Parts: sequence; structure tokens; C-alpha cells
Amino acid sequence: MFHSRHCSRPIAGAALAASLLLAAPFTGAQAADAPDPADWPAVLDAAQGQTVYFHAWGGEPRINSYIAWAGERLKELHGVSVEQVKVDDTANVVARVVAEKAAGQDTGGAVDLVWINGENFVSLKKAGLLMTPGWATKLPNWDLVDTTDKPAVLTDFTEPTDGLESPWGMAKLVFMHDTATLTHAPTTLAALAEYLKAHPGRFTYPQPPNFHGSTFLKQVLATTIADKTKLTKPVDPASFESDVAPLFAWLDALHPTMWRQGRAFPQNQPAMRQLLADGEIDIAFTFNPAGASAAIAAGELPDTVRTFVLDGGTIGNAHFLAIPYNANAKAGALVLANFLLSAEAQARKQDPTIWGDPTVLAIDALSDADKARFAALDLGIATLAPQQLGPVIDEPHASWMTALERAWTARYASQ
Amino acid sequence: MSEPLTFEKVEISLAGQPLIGLDRTIGPGEVLTVMGPSGVGKSSLLAHAAGFLAPAFRARGRVLSGSIEVTGLPAHKRQLGLLFQDPLLFPHLSVGANLAFALAPDLKGRAAREAAVAAALADVDLSEFAGRDPATLSGGQKARVALMRVLLSRPRALLLDEPFSKLDAALRGQIRKLVFGKARARGLPVLLVTHDHADAEAAGGSIVDLTLSA
Amino acid sequence: MIRLAPAATLVLMLAPVAAGLAGTLLPAFGLVPALGGETLSLEAFRRLAAQPGLGTSVLLSMGTGLAATLGAFMLTILFTAAFEGTYIFRALRALLSPLMSVPHAAAAFGLAFLIMPSGFAMRLLSPWASGATRPPDVLIVGDPAGIAMTFGLMAKEIPFLFLMVLAALPQADPARARRVAASFGYAPVAGWLKTVLPRVYPQIRLPVFAVIAYATSVVDVALILGPTTPPPLAVRLTGWMNDADLSLRFMASAGALLQLGVSLAAIALWIVGERVLAWLGLRWIASGGRRAADRSLAALSGVLMSVLTGALLLGLLVLALWSLAGPWRFPDALPASFTLATWQHHLAAAGATIGTTLVIGLPVVAIAVTLALACLENETRRSRVLRHRSLPLVYLPLIVPQIAFLFGLQILFLMAGLHDTLVAVALAHMVFVIPYVLLALSDPWRAIDPRYGHVASALGASPGRTFWRVRLPLARRAVATAAALGFAVSVAQYLPTLLIGGGRTATVTTEAVALASGGNRRLVGLYALLQMALPFAAFALAAVIPAVTFRHRREQEPGA
Repeated sequence: MFHSRHCSRPIAGAALAASLLLAAPFTGAQAADAPDPADWPAVLDAAQGQTVYFHAWGGEPRINSYIAWAGERLKELHGVSVEQVKVDDTANVVARVVAEKAAGQDTGGAVDLVWINGENFVSLKKAGLLMTPGWATKLPNWDLVDTTDKPAVLTDFTEPTDGLESPWGMAKLVFMHDTATLTHAPTTLAALAEYLKAHPGRFTYPQPPNFHGSTFLKQVLATTIADKTKLTKPVDPASFESDVAPLFAWLDALHPTMWRQGRAFPQNQPAMRQLLADGEIDIAFTFNPAGASAAIAAGELPDTVRTFVLDGGTIGNAHFLAIPYNANAKAGALVLANFLLSAEAQARKQDPTIWGDPTVLAIDALSDADKARFAALDLGIATLAPQQLGPVIDEPHASWMTALERAWTARYASQ
Repeated sequence: MSEPLTFEKVEISLAGQPLIGLDRTIGPGEVLTVMGPSGVGKSSLLAHAAGFLAPAFRARGRVLSGSIEVTGLPAHKRQLGLLFQDPLLFPHLSVGANLAFALAPDLKGRAAREAAVAAALADVDLSEFAGRDPATLSGGQKARVALMRVLLSRPRALLLDEPFSKLDAALRGQIRKLVFGKARARGLPVLLVTHDHADAEAAGGSIVDLTLSA
Repeated sequence: MIRLAPAATLVLMLAPVAAGLAGTLLPAFGLVPALGGETLSLEAFRRLAAQPGLGTSVLLSMGTGLAATLGAFMLTILFTAAFEGTYIFRALRALLSPLMSVPHAAAAFGLAFLIMPSGFAMRLLSPWASGATRPPDVLIVGDPAGIAMTFGLMAKEIPFLFLMVLAALPQADPARARRVAASFGYAPVAGWLKTVLPRVYPQIRLPVFAVIAYATSVVDVALILGPTTPPPLAVRLTGWMNDADLSLRFMASAGALLQLGVSLAAIALWIVGERVLAWLGLRWIASGGRRAADRSLAALSGVLMSVLTGALLLGLLVLALWSLAGPWRFPDALPASFTLATWQHHLAAAGATIGTTLVIGLPVVAIAVTLALACLENETRRSRVLRHRSLPLVYLPLIVPQIAFLFGLQILFLMAGLHDTLVAVALAHMVFVIPYVLLALSDPWRAIDPRYGHVASALGASPGRTFWRVRLPLARRAVATAAALGFAVSVAQYLPTLLIGGGRTATVTTEAVALASGGNRRLVGLYALLQMALPFAAFALAAVIPAVTFRHRREQEPGA
């Protein structure tokens, strides 16, 4: 359910104006006040009484409620207050930190902790705007993280995290269909195209550069590109055209059979999900394997909806929490990040009636009591068991997403 | 008793073009009528005296009440009573409050002020009207209230800008008589601008006729 | 003190705009050292021009904006001409002021929920009339020509224009003018157009310009109802500004200048149309024609006005339904069940945001109204109307697209150390609230017969007394309306609140938009209703307070 760059609503121009007016060079500033997570009792002491401003996408009430719960627990456990700053596009948070840097505000920044991944993380990392040195792997709860079977917790869109962000949850592309109208879902792209020929208008995808729309493009690209190893490297402008030619040939054929003949697109994933709920389309998708169950539980989808994955695997990644270099409540942010990695918080997060976001923890590494927390979860009627989720296709290098979005827009959204 | 009102070499011009001039003294209880068609700037004469001349106009000369140069005072200290063709009773205030508005602040005490207002209303046969909404009054009643409102402000002189032109014929004579009668009784110098010969005749004073000089 | 009011007002409004504009202008010409732009260049404009479909986007912005303004203007005028003084007019008048307070996004969502293929209208007709058990695959909302968007903007701008006409009407004395015209044998619409419109139009002209500027640069309505392949210019611009690729911001800045140009060009086009119509109108008046297709125009304007207002109202009703809906599948006309769950879960959180909204909005409106009154009173005392010199400046914040100067504003506050404070957010709101308050107040104020002030002075009232006892009470209705409008503007501010508040200031609107991005119809419904409630209350107070305080007076009632 995480939208690192949700629908393009507000501006994130602060960065520009900041650098424009002040023209401060970006230096990888090392804040002197960085607490050391290796000395955890000292971190807890420093965090006592702090208020952590947690900038997190606010478009999903279930997630907001979960964050509010975490805030209450943190207050009880460690005397740290949490205020969720509900953002609708994480790029704005990036811009905010860049603006503060340019304005010379190297301490007391507005952002203490930010929910982030992909290119936003890369931007902050490259600009040296994250709290250093790497802290995530020193958190007490780091030992619980599943780095073996979930390598995405260490590389974010092929970019090494270097401990500059702490994993929070996992995402994997799964498709949804309403069994009341479509009993046997197409499990390959070719079958999807065939289905649409017979049933025009019954599928669409969010309009790139929406995150989910772009993810669908990446899914198609990963299936159609001749040399898959190219995806682990930055885009080669010389061969980009031919690399994506099969993708666009497939889309060219698909669009006339899509919803509104491909002349209009839903603007984000919830809008697409709503189309499924309204019966306008038969197939939709989500980045949260439990998303369909959670939506059914909330009455937003009929209980006849089930999920499936494509043969050969689907795109998967992890999402993270990062602390800006100039955060005001760094100790508090560390304590919150660590709490969100705890079995208690992760198990609650995975409960589809709460949120349904898959854990980053290795269940085997947990104590029996904590294992029981996860065992007790009813993942919901529409959620596939972990072994049914199929192989994970890694996120391509972040540059692919940008290049794909531009090519798509030039081709389909500029008549 | 009132002092004479003197226009001393007053000249008003607009965009360099001289419009009108006046060099006269109006004695207590006298009426000077300035006559002329609309557009010759006769109202600007009143505006200059009262202190509201629009910035586009240029004025020279002084206006004096007795020996006091009123043109050197701010508008609200000039104490020149103005009557326009509309009664301009404040629509948000009752008839009584309109009159009380004009009473000098040195008249203290609610009872005394109410008595002054009541007396003024009784003077023009509107005794029961203090609580009324001005909008419910007839044209003649409004004109009478407007007149008493001016008089309650204890003016040094009256400046009348076509004050009778909107009244119907039957009322007009009546109100004229009332206005000039009150002014004479209080010995107020009166400057009347009008384009109606009947006004000038009823005023009975000397006449400056701009129609002829123009 | 009062002599400083105009200067203080202009500084409060314009300094931030100027700073922000600099932040747009320089990068548009390639001057941003931190991003590697050190020499003057037109590269950003070249890249902009090379954007596929740019011409279509510009035409969309211009076309939908002008069409919506023209439609809203004509409908407002014709309806007023045909129905002014009637029962229908009074009924609509009672409805429109509150409708005006509906935030654009909420109104657009309501309309979308109503007219889209799976919307309420289709549900009412299905399956018994339409035969559809699933929504038809037709492109109604988001059509490439922007028709849905145009109608949405029109429906939303009519209340604003209507309010401005209402504020201007009393000075035009329409009842008497109509009687006079009728006595010469003029039919009602023709009589109104010939005698009242020429007096009303100058007073609503600048509001019309503000509508043009807004409608040609709107983002939220365009996102909800407008086309996306490609979208109108302002939407694309916002996307570029938002892109993680910082180098796109050069082009975005150039685009912001283009947007400014598009809005100004639309206004210029309108002025040309104005001239032509004025010339034709004078000939028409001189021709002595007694009719203006009176019956059909009256019928047409009545029907269209009812349809648009009805759609707007029905849309709001649908929002309310969604906020209470349990499962609600197509083609059910009503939800399978109703539940208060959405309200129960979110009302408590909403309470805090309502508080913040009030804490920002009320002082902002108080200051803006005070400044506006001080400016106008200063102008009255010096018997000098400054409009020709300063008025275009007043309109700058309304005509420059917000996108173009907001980040400069953010930097200003960062440097002043005021960022993330309520004071900073309030100051940012001021930039947008002051112009609307001035706009709503200045024409009615200037239309007050100056002789009232002259009479008061001649009666010995000091300038202060004249202001407090005469001019202010005379203008009370306009003051109340302006204050309500200012409050509605403050409530509706999204980008300024978000950017200047560093995201920590959660008003009803920032909360609503953040949640709306999740596309949850139940929550959109709930927050749209909440977002409406505050300005609605303000307009209700504006209507009630002047009427109650002076309930024994008649003359100031428009149309009485």
C-alpha cells in the first residue's frame, strides 16, 4: 500500500527556491548531535520527552490509525510522543529537507522520521541529507530482520541502504479479480490481452507516473525485455528505445481493448480498486498482498474478490524509515524506528483488519511468544499464503522508472 | 448671534479652466442665491466651503465666518450646515438617533439629549417620530428631519445644494418657507445654489446668475 | 496610522509574491547555481516547447477556463435579469451563498460521484431504465476536451459571481430601474440588461478576471474532472514541480511563466470581448428594442441554473450518502446499509483540525478586514480613489498561479525563522485572503454615497466618528460578506498551509486532500462535508448578523 510518490498534487519546489535564493552547496554535513544506537540506554534517555514528527503518506485511514496506535505505545513504553504529519507525496518531504539544508537549518529540522523508498531515498542519500553514520543495523531489533530471504531490506531499488534507512514492510505486486464476474483469472500477460479482446474495457492501470501505474509498466518490462540483466543497471540511453520496444508494442495492442479504450486512466490505486468495486473492471492490482482482504474487511470490495500472481513472478520491494540529517528528535526517531521493527508492531501491522502489510522480520528468529503473534493472524480470505506468492522480481534500477514514465507520457498522454 | 459668511476672492478651476468665482459677504439672516444650469460648477463652491472639494479641482481664496477662516479648518470643525437635494438621513439610525448624531457632544446627559431631540421634532410637527425608521417617512417628513438635524448641529451658516428639487410641487413651497424661516429666525447666513428661479424668488435675497455671465 | 494602511497591505500581499516570483523567474532562465545553472539561457523554454502535447495543454487551460467563466457569467447575468426580485431568485439567493463556500475539490468530487458511469445518476436509472447491471464504458468524466471539467468549474464559479452581483445590485437600484424600463414598454430581461447591467458590470469586472485567472490555472478540479492525456497546463506543471528529478524544475519554472501568460492572455481576450460587446450593447440600447427573446432566455437561464445548482446540491448529497454508506455496489440506488462507522472513526481527529483551521482563519480574517477597511477609509478621507494605480497589484496574488510563487514564500519564512509556525501559515493565508476581502469590499464601499460622509462631517462628526457611526454601518453587509468570503478562502488554502506549515499544521483542507488522495469515497464524503461546514457557518453568520443588528431598518435591504 505504500506510495512513495503518490498522485502528483502539490509542488515540491521548495528545494528549487531554497537553492536558488541561498545557493548553498550541498556538503555531507555531519550533525554533531547524532545519537549512537549502539549505546541504546543513552538513546532511550535522550528520547524521553521528545516529540517525533513522523512524515508518512496519509491517504489510507487504516495506516493512520496504525501509526496513532504506535504513538500511544511509544508514549507508554518510552515517554516519546509521535505526531504523524500526513503527506500526500513523499517528494514534498524530500523537498522540505533540501530547502532546510539550503536555508542553513542544520539542526531542529521539521522532519524527524520519514516513510520512504526508491528514488526519494536515493535523492536524499546522494545529497547527503540523511543521518549518518548508518544506524539501522545497530538497532536492538535489527537481529530479527530477515536479511536472507528478503534481500530487498538491504537494497532499495538496487541502491544499497547502508543502514541509512530501516526496513518497515514488504510489498509485492498481486492482482485482484472479482470471482463473481471472472472465475478463472488470466495469469500471464498474454492471457490478459486475450481476455480483454473478448471482454473489452475490463482492465486498466493507474496513469504513470503514478507509482502503481509505473510498477505495472515495470512488471511488463521485466517480462518483455530481451536482456533482463540490463534492469539492474542504470538506463542506457543509447539502447533504451529498443529495450522498451516490446513493452510499448504490447501496450499499443492492449490499450484499444482497455477501459475507456485507453483514453483515460484512473489516477491512483484506490481509484482503480474502486472501479473493481463498481464492476467497471474485472481485474485490478495492489502492492500489498493483503490489500484485497483489508479492503474486503473495510467494506470497500465485495467478499468475492480474490488475489493471484502472474506466472514467472511479480515485482516486489521493501519500504523503509529514514531520519534526515537535521532531524530535531533523532533519539526519539530511533526509538520509534526500533519499536516499529518489534514483533509486537510488525505482527499488528500484518493483521489485515489493522493494515495487512507483510512483515520484514524472520519469523524463525522470534521467541515462541512472538511466533505465536504471527501464527494467530488470519491473513484474510483473499490473501495468498506466502508460498503461493510466487517468485519476486526485483525492482529495476531507479532510473528505469523515470525513463519509462517519460516515454509512456510522451506516447500516450500528449495528443 | 451669527456672524456673516464671506467668500473672499474664491475661484474654482478644473484642469486649469476657471469654473466659477465668488467674492461676496452674506449677512446674518440673508440668503445669497447662486443660479445656473448644471455643470457650471456651482456645487463645487459649496464643496470648497464645506471642505469636500474633489482633488481634481483647484480652489483659491478664503471662506470666513465672521473673522474665522473656515477654509483653514478640517471639515468637521467648520460648522457649516449642508442640505442636499436628498435628505440623506442615515438609514441605519432611527429618526431620533439621526438628530442625536448632530447634537454637540457638550450637551451631556441622556435625558437632556433626548429632550433636545424631542423639542426639535416637535418644532416641525413630528413629535412621535423619534423611534421611526427613516425609510418609513414621507418625502416631506424626511426633508423636515434633515433640516432639524442640520440646525441641531448649531451651524455658523447654511449651505443649500438644490435642496428642494426632488420635492413635489405642493411640498416644495412649504419646505422652502420652513427652511428660509428657520434660517432667518436664527440669523444664519445662507448660500443657496439652484437652477430653479422659484427657489431664488422664494429666498428673496440677492442673486448671482451664472447663466447670464457664462 | 491609517495613512500607512495601503502600504502595509500591499507589502503583506506583495512581498511574498515578489519573492516567490523571483524564485520562478530566475530558474526559468537557467539561473540556479545550486542546480548547475549559472548562465542565462533559454534552455528551459526550449525543453518546455519540446514537451509533447504542450499546445493541447495550453489550449485546454485557455479553453476550459474561458468557457467556464463565460458560461458562469452569462448564466448569472441572464438569471438575475430574468428572475431578480422574484421568489425563485430569493430561494436561489439563499442557496448560493452557502454553495459558494463549498471548496472546489469537494464540489468536483460531488459532481464526479454524480455523473460518472458508475455514479449516482446512473445508479438511479439502472437497471430498470438503462438495462445496465454494470456501469457502461463511456468517457464522461475526464473526457479529452475537458467538458466535464468546464461544467464543474462553471457550477462552482456561479455562486461566486452571483454573490458579487448581489453585492453590487443595491447600488444599481434595480427595482426602480426595472419599473422605469417597464414603463417605457421594456420586457424584464431587456430592461434589466439595458438599465441595470451597465451599472452592475463595472463592479463585478475584477471578480470576473479573478475567475478567469483561477479557472485557467486550476489544479484540483482538473485532477478530479479534467482530462489526463494530456492534462491542462497547470496540472502538468504541478507534476514537473513534483518530480524527484530536480532538473525538471527549470522547465517547470518556464512552464509557470507560460501559465502566467496563458491566464493573462485569457483575460486580455475577455477584455477584447468586453469592448466588442459594449459597442454592440450601446447600439442595442440606442436601438430602443424592447425585448431580448425574453421568454426563451428566462426559461433557458432558469432551467440551466436549476440543473447546475441541482447537480451541485445533489453531488453534495451523494457525498453525504457515501460518508454514511455501508456496502454500496453498482447498480444499487442506495447503499445496502447505512453506518456511522466512518464518522465515528474520524470525527475526533477532525475536531483538532477544525480547531487549527479556526485559530488560523479567524485572526487572518480579522486583520484582513481591518486592513481593507483602513485602506478604503484612508482613500475616502483623502477623497482619492487609488484603484487605477494599485488595483492591478491587489489582483496579483489572484492572477499569478499559486504554483508560481509558493516556494519562494516558503524560503522567506525559513529565513525569517518563522517556518512551521501558525503565524507563518497565517501570514501566507493573508496573501490570498486580503485580495478577496478587498475585492469583495471595495466596490460596495466606494458605492456608498459620499454625501453621507459629507453630511456627517458638516454636522460636526470627527473622521473617526463618521467612520464608526456612518460609513461602517452603511457597509455592514458588504463587510460581513467580505469577512465570510475571506474565511472561506482561508479554509480552502491547501498548498500554502502544507508548505509553510511544514506539514505540521493540519487544517480541515490539508487533511481532506491527504485523505482524498487515498480515493476512499466514504472519507472524501466526510471531509468534503466538514470542509463545507466551516465556511457555510461563516456565510450564515454574515447573512444573519447584519440583519439582526439592524432589524428595524429597511432601506439597505437590496431590492427593497
